[in-house]
Amino acid sequence: MGKIGIIIQREFNERVRKKSFILTTILTPILFLGIMAAVFYLAGTNLSQTKEIMVVDRSGFVAAGLPSDKSAVLVPTELSAEEIRAAKTAGEYPNLYGILVIGEDILSDPHAASLYTFEPSTFDIESSLAMKISDAVEAEKLKAYDIEDLPEILAAVKTNVTVSAFRVDESGKEKQSSSGLAMGLAYIFGFLIYMFVFLYGMMVMQGVIEEKSSKVLEIIVSSVKPFELMMGKILGIAAVALTQFVIWVVFLFAVGTAVLHLFPGLTGAVPEALADGNMADIAAMQGMDPAMLSAIETVTDSSFLLTTIGGFLIFFIGGYLLYAAMFAAVGSAVDNAADAQQLQLPITIPMMLAIVVMISVMKDPNSSLAFWFSMIPFTSPVVMVARLPYGVPAWEIALSVALLFATFLAMVWLAGKIYRVGIFMHGKKPSLGELLKWAKYKS
Amino acid sequence: MDLIIAEHVSKSYAGHTALSDVSLSIPRGSIYGLLGPNGAGKTTFIRIINHITAPDSGRIIFDGHGLEPADIARIGYLPEERGLYKKMKVGEQALYFARLKGMSRREATARLKEWFVRFGIQDWWNKKVEELSKGMAQKVQFIVTVLHCPELLILDEPFSGFDPVNAGLIRGEILRLRDEGATVIFSTHNMSSVEEICDHITLIDRSRNILTGPVDEIRRSHGGDMYEVEIKGNAADAATSLAGVCTVLESADDGAGNGRLKLHIPGGDRVREVVSTVNGMAIIRTFRELIPSMNDIFIKAVSESGAANE
Repeated sequence: MGKIGIIIQREFNERVRKKSFILTTILTPILFLGIMAAVFYLAGTNLSQTKEIMVVDRSGFVAAGLPSDKSAVLVPTELSAEEIRAAKTAGEYPNLYGILVIGEDILSDPHAASLYTFEPSTFDIESSLAMKISDAVEAEKLKAYDIEDLPEILAAVKTNVTVSAFRVDESGKEKQSSSGLAMGLAYIFGFLIYMFVFLYGMMVMQGVIEEKSSKVLEIIVSSVKPFELMMGKILGIAAVALTQFVIWVVFLFAVGTAVLHLFPGLTGAVPEALADGNMADIAAMQGMDPAMLSAIETVTDSSFLLTTIGGFLIFFIGGYLLYAAMFAAVGSAVDNAADAQQLQLPITIPMMLAIVVMISVMKDPNSSLAFWFSMIPFTSPVVMVARLPYGVPAWEIALSVALLFATFLAMVWLAGKIYRVGIFMHGKKPSLGELLKWAKYKS
Repeated sequence: MDLIIAEHVSKSYAGHTALSDVSLSIPRGSIYGLLGPNGAGKTTFIRIINHITAPDSGRIIFDGHGLEPADIARIGYLPEERGLYKKMKVGEQALYFARLKGMSRREATARLKEWFVRFGIQDWWNKKVEELSKGMAQKVQFIVTVLHCPELLILDEPFSGFDPVNAGLIRGEILRLRDEGATVIFSTHNMSSVEEICDHITLIDRSRNILTGPVDEIRRSHGGDMYEVEIKGNAADAATSLAGVCTVLESADDGAGNGRLKLHIPGGDRVREVVSTVNGMAIIRTFRELIPSMNDIFIKAVSESGAANE
């Protein structure tokens, strides 16, 4: 085994055997699923208290048309706003949240509604009240036209349209696509890359700093070249990252399979629908939401899985390698982690930028902004991975990958030069300029 | 034949000269002292031999050929600033370093066990380095340095951090390795240990080689023909009778019939005449050449070279 192999082995074993690694590997997916479950649970139940609002209706018709719901109980009153406020100050109505005052001329002046609250008001309650009042005013206005059977007509014309999206590929074949799913995946993938690259990049930096501050470096470099040591560390930690990733994927796959078994409706519908290619019929038969079914079809499409998961892995590896090389160079230059913060800035800024760009890319994955930032190697791991679920032309992916790995090679060469000098520098905290100057030193 | 020959080695870092035109040869099987004040360039020289850094000019001949990266497997280096992975277990760590030096895992394990037995530390194998005391860690560090049976051992302050018992143990091991054929480069500030174990020295000051040669010769040549005589008898009388034979620098009596004289005998060829003169009038208890300590030579050489530079 070559020396780099021995170093990779040590870096891998030391980290994988740590209790912290075993714990995070087990706990992260549990925590992740737990948070997801909690979010779904919270979204389903309304934890906020029902608010009691008194309605002072000067128009005479609005209060009758305001339905109460879970979030607010609306109580019409004959009292004036001033009387209620005085009573509230005197200790009456302890649970009263606010007073809604509807102006006499609400029909002609849509601004003639005010809410006075005794606690901080929320956007939710304001917009829900506005909607209810609008409905009441609209109904009142419609009444003026004196149409017969108005409620029946309104119920009959009520329609809820959903759009099924189909992606037509180069060969002219059409495929059902789900941009909702694409957006979700884009978001998750982009953030995962960002998190992983940082997490493992920092691990490389800490490893370098540890070797430097414990002076063990001097012994190692009397056996191996500094470049071999740096590469061994970067690759060893890459192996740790991939191991962790594979464990998580297997875990989530197992959980996914278990969920499908618990809800056999899903497992039955999908393969059949895929077999005869008639999704909508099956959807109607199963009484399922067609959007949901199209999402399931997309997810179970093997070529989609291959490009997104495969692309995710390639861009994760490329992005990690590129950033890890930079982190290694920074780690070599400092004596402790605190000194590294300033030098990390040029590393963190492009990553932050990538996240910002990613958010806008998710809305328009084919804009020129999306294109360029998915080509620039420092942002492409996050941005390109976020574009993948929407479908990206193969040449763009190939070019982006090529640029990313070419930049990694250039960066590792530069980082190696800085590293070679940095590991023997002690004491003074160097500036970024000095770091680049080191790269020019002869060995 | 010499194991290492340095020819006109120079090295400078940005705005700072670490070595200028240093030449020296290290005989095979010797213990070679590399001396010099802090920052003189010793560590740079050691790093060049270890292939950690390369000279700007000049070259190093190792065992008859130009120094190559492959040669570092034949070198064992104990840096002044010791370092081990704190969280790693002792045995595993020693194996790791041995394998980086090119040993197979099996061979390294067997030899490591021998060393652990020799030092009586078998039960340390599965201890983490952070559980060891400083002196214990130093022992492990020494084993790591010598485990792959290097032909050239480079030891930078090998006795620092050891109590006298363990320092003696390490000294014994160094001498044993030398007897088994290893060549040792020994860098230190501790001049008494230089006198004890070094055959040759080179003194580097301000990046230059200012003094080089076998320890005995250097000490003698710095002796300045000084001698000390202790007699049973009167020192003043002896001094009077020596007038014209040599220069008496000091004479003193202890009041109990014992005298002591410090003499300067130029050229040394009149030593026998001096001895017979003194012998004629008193009983000689000791007669010896005053050889300066390495400490004196070090200070003198460094201050002279400093004065020459200014």
